Amino acid sequence: MENQSCVKIINEWDIVAARQLGRNVAKELGFGTVDQARITTAISELARNIYLYAGQGQVCIEKIYDGGKAGLRIVAVDSGPGINDLRQVMEDGFSTSGGLGAGLPGVKRLMDEFLIDSNPGTGTDIKATKWLR
Amino acid sequence: MNSTILNYIQNNKDSIFNEWLDATKENADERVTKVVSDQVFIGTSREFIDLIISNIKSSNEEFTSKLSDFSEKIVRLGWPLSFVTKGLQTFGKIVFEDMQETGIVTQENQMKVIYEFDSWMTPMVNEVVNMYSSTWERTVSLQKIALQELSAPLIPVFEGITVMPLVGTIDTERAKQIMENLLNGVVKHRSEVVLIDITGVPVVDTMVAHHIIQAADAVRLVGAKCMLVGIRPEIAQTIVNLGIDLNQFTTKNTLKKGVEAALELTSRKIVNVEGVE
Ligand SMILES: Nc1ncnc2c1ncn2[C@@H]1O[C@H](COP(=O)(O)OP(=O)(O)OP(=O)(O)O)[C@@H](O)[C@H]1O
Ligand SMILES: [Mg+2]
Repeated sequence: MENQSCVKIINEWDIVAARQLGRNVAKELGFGTVDQARITTAISELARNIYLYAGQGQVCIEKIYDGGKAGLRIVAVDSGPGINDLRQVMEDGFSTSGGLGAGLPGVKRLMDEFLIDSNPGTGTDIKATKWLR
Repeated sequence: MNSTILNYIQNNKDSIFNEWLDATKENADERVTKVVSDQVFIGTSREFIDLIISNIKSSNEEFTSKLSDFSEKIVRLGWPLSFVTKGLQTFGKIVFEDMQETGIVTQENQMKVIYEFDSWMTPMVNEVVNMYSSTWERTVSLQKIALQELSAPLIPVFEGITVMPLVGTIDTERAKQIMENLLNGVVKHRSEVVLIDITGVPVVDTMVAHHIIQAADAVRLVGAKCMLVGIRPEIAQTIVNLGIDLNQFTTKNTLKKGVEAALELTSRKIVNVEGVE
């Protein structure tokens, strides 16, 4: 499909590939430099979480259209260990890896819409959207 | 090598070459035809065919050294390996089919010829693949070294002031090196102020921020001050969105302002001089 492209996340450099893809699509859609930076950073966070906590997964970038609006959606999916307490991981500063714990709450603030679906044992599915204005 | 096959190839070199060129050009993917001109393509292809033929004539060492030269050239031209191995296959197929047509290969000797063909082609394909992979391995390892050398230089600019310009993506490996070089350099150059310049870092995510914060903490522990400079406006925005606190840092948006601030911190400043002879 033309409106969706994906990058498999297996090693650390795949994160860079996912970012590059996101930046290109964001440029194509006409996002400005600040939003491009927000989108690439959000992709970087989600892709790195997959790499760190799930081992592998996939990041897809979709162009979406709703009425007159255009937007970019990041879909990050893995079948890793999943997340137990969704509220906890959305708190600033919560990290199980000694990180800053700013990734997920950060993505939520970087993007306009944020949906997280995760179940222990089955994996994690995150969708984050930025609308062009 | 069977002398009939050898003779056939030598006598029909040009027609085989033309047939081969047509078949190959049709199959060559964009990567090949886009990067090289027609002239280079034909020239190199002829060299390729001559090389295949010289395998029949010359000694083993001679062929290996020629093949290695050729492989290097091809790698430099950016021709895909699949194109070269396919070229070898096509060459074999053309020669075989032509020999069938002209009646040199018959029902009776067919198996024998195929067997000989195979024992001639297989080592050659292996050699080409080996050549390619060793050339790549060498290139990759050289690039790795080059990248490491580039990755985190620490440059003394004034007495007590050093700059670390970071350019490009920061991965875990590089983050380690940044830390190491910073600490060693600060001690070696007796730095009082270290400026980390992130103008060339494309994305500052939580991992990069975390590493920079840790590096700054470590620098402080060895008695110097760390300044973060070259924060582009869009990066400043994303850092704020991520909720990362850089208050413990002195930050400046350009290296120039950073150097001025560092001079001030060390009780110096740059002045214009007049009337110097
Ligand atoms: N895809 C995932 N699968 C399983 N657990 C995850 C996944 N993504 C995040 N987590 C859990 O959520 C926690 C919070 O993630 P978040 O990205 O916010 O912070 P972090 O990765 O720990 O640190 P950083 O600030 O560097 O991103 C992680 O420590 C991890 O335990
Ligand atoms: Mg994270």
